[in-house]
Amino acid sequence: MADNNPFPGENNTGHVWDDNLRELANPPPRWWMIAFWASIAWFVIYGFIYPMYPIGNESTKGLAGWTQMKEYHESMAEIETIRAPNEDKIAKMSAAQILEDEGLASYVVASSKVLFGDNCAACHGVGGMGGPGFPVIADDDWLFGGAIADIKTSIANGRKGVMTAHGKILSDPEIDKLAKAIIAGKPTSEPLYMTKGCVACHGPDGKGMKILGSANLTDSIYRFVPGEGQTQLDSVKYTIKHGVNDASDPMTREAVMPAFGDRLSEDDIKKLAVYVHKLGGGQ
Amino acid sequence: MSDTQQSKQDAAIADLYAEAEHWHINTGDETIHAKRIPGRWRTYKWIANSVWLLFFLGPFLRWGDRQAVLFDIPNRQFHIFGVTILPQDFWMLSLLLLFFAILLAVGTALAGRVYCGFFCFQTVWTDVYTWIEEWLEGNPQKRRKLEKAPWDATKIRIKAIKHFLWIVIGFLTGVAFVSWFVDVFDLWAAIFSLTLSGASLVFVAMFTAGTYVLAGFLREQTCFWLCPYARIQGVMVDKTTAVPTYDFHRGEPRGRMAKGKKQEGKGDCVDCAQCVAVCPTGVDIRHGQQEGCIMCALCIDACDTVMLKVGLPTGLIRYESLDQLNGMENRPMYARPRVWVYSAILLLALMGIGYGLSTLDAIEIKVLHSRAPLYVMQSDGSIQNKYTIKILNKMTEDLSTTITASGPKGLILTGTEEPIEAVHGQVSARTVFVKVPKAHLEGENMPITFTATAINDEGETLVSERESVFIGPK
Repeated sequence: MADNNPFPGENNTGHVWDDNLRELANPPPRWWMIAFWASIAWFVIYGFIYPMYPIGNESTKGLAGWTQMKEYHESMAEIETIRAPNEDKIAKMSAAQILEDEGLASYVVASSKVLFGDNCAACHGVGGMGGPGFPVIADDDWLFGGAIADIKTSIANGRKGVMTAHGKILSDPEIDKLAKAIIAGKPTSEPLYMTKGCVACHGPDGKGMKILGSANLTDSIYRFVPGEGQTQLDSVKYTIKHGVNDASDPMTREAVMPAFGDRLSEDDIKKLAVYVHKLGGGQ
Repeated sequence: MSDTQQSKQDAAIADLYAEAEHWHINTGDETIHAKRIPGRWRTYKWIANSVWLLFFLGPFLRWGDRQAVLFDIPNRQFHIFGVTILPQDFWMLSLLLLFFAILLAVGTALAGRVYCGFFCFQTVWTDVYTWIEEWLEGNPQKRRKLEKAPWDATKIRIKAIKHFLWIVIGFLTGVAFVSWFVDVFDLWAAIFSLTLSGASLVFVAMFTAGTYVLAGFLREQTCFWLCPYARIQGVMVDKTTAVPTYDFHRGEPRGRMAKGKKQEGKGDCVDCAQCVAVCPTGVDIRHGQQEGCIMCALCIDACDTVMLKVGLPTGLIRYESLDQLNGMENRPMYARPRVWVYSAILLLALMGIGYGLSTLDAIEIKVLHSRAPLYVMQSDGSIQNKYTIKILNKMTEDLSTTITASGPKGLILTGTEEPIEAVHGQVSARTVFVKVPKAHLEGENMPITFTATAINDEGETLVSERESVFIGPK
């Protein structure tokens, strides 16, 4: 080819096709070539410093000893160092003391969102807004008490209130009467309240008892909210008829707060107690 | 083709060739060694250069217990004497940039590339670098000679001192730049104890290297090929702009003097090329306006000196607009729409900054309505909403801030019994609750206004308001 170049002197590579198609020798600029070789050198050196070249199922470890997990642990350690002063204080203080300390309490509220989300929100909803069959914990109505110590006990030990199914004891019209009095917020005005034993658990004023976890029947909040197409009256009647956690009635309401004492650390429980107290209804 | 047409074409081509002949563009293959001639404009240039002393000395000003002007990026606070600007007020920066951009345009429209010629750091630092060069190596002829001379002990010594001084200036430039962002005393302490931190070290190094390369080696090439402002300003100049101009009516045809006398039929230009010799970018002003001219007016000094020597009137090269040079009357400033438009923008930008600075709230309240849940029913039948109140305190003292709310009838605000201790220069947050009896709710959404009130050390009452919503059931 080159011996018989039909286009001499135009700096072509000597590759000529179809009479006149030819490749010109236009080398890339010097700076481009330098950058090109520098990139290759960079690649090779990088491969020695960081893990890169595969050997079987493994890869070279790299001279710098860098791994993603190591970087992760370092970052975590960094965060923990920042948190340490607060965490140390929390370990030494009671939940009530944490609540008193505004700075620490706001640290807990800010940092325990994940803890609440992982352990509580599945039933009690985001921000304690409650869910079907699960109580709202952002309001000021508490079955087992809304003081910080009560909340902490509820989380650590769990709760399980019991209400007998009254379907066998009360007739439907009686249940209806009682339910209507409860909806009106005046359960004690109904004579059946005293005669049929409601008073034993819900108290002479109808406001419930913290020790038993019995509901306050005089306020506007109901532990069990009506399902689709039902009214609050239907829901109250159902609760009276089938009770709560009454094993003898297969249709009974189920309401169990599991104990978190063996799942979470003492500090985490303290934090959650403060977090829940701060949701809006703490007393 | 007729003869006249042919000769016209020939003349046109001859013109093109003539132009090409002197259209030499230096792409850095030759170092410009500009001669220094004292004169009026040289003096102005030193005065303009000295403006940059502020850049070096400014950081040493103190204001109370801190640096007077400090752009504290890690803490996101910008201190300018008594004013502290936080990122929230950053929109003012865009107006400030607009102001300077238009100032550049005004300056250029009226008097050409004043910025390039007198104030630009590239011009100023190059001027200082070449001044050192002249001091060590001598005048341009000596410098050129030294360049060609073999590397003996003297040459090495001179060059070493020169480069050392250049690097020192570069380093000081870097430190001066960084000290607008880091406290200058801390910075020097860190330098002397060799504990300079990452970002500071990188910036000092970048500025040292940048200054050394740009002012020491690239010089006018920067203005030719790197700088966008040089090109932008080219289009801002018009026929009414007064720029250093060679009066070709008077000067041409140029010719050398013979026996100390101007030759018959020649113009005033004695073709001594002093205007070229002093030019820091190596252009010939006699070719008219060109991209290489940074309008530093040093050729005016050179030409006037020569004119005085040969006994001709000065001002062959002078500040003049193209219109005036061609015998037209210069349009007065007020008759130029540019001046009006630019002034209007300048004024607007200034007013905006003035407004911003005068209405800088000392405290700023932000209210975030909690979305999950939107509202909570309470045992007494009222509705409770949860809000996060954030108080941004832009003052230099901590403020005890009380929060009040007004909105739906009968609202009860809780969580604000204790005032919020708003830490200076920071955002302090508090969660508060608002309870409203259901009877007083008029709709799903009702407006509610939160007010933060604080009293500062001087007894002034600082107030900030923010409207939010109170949400109830449908």
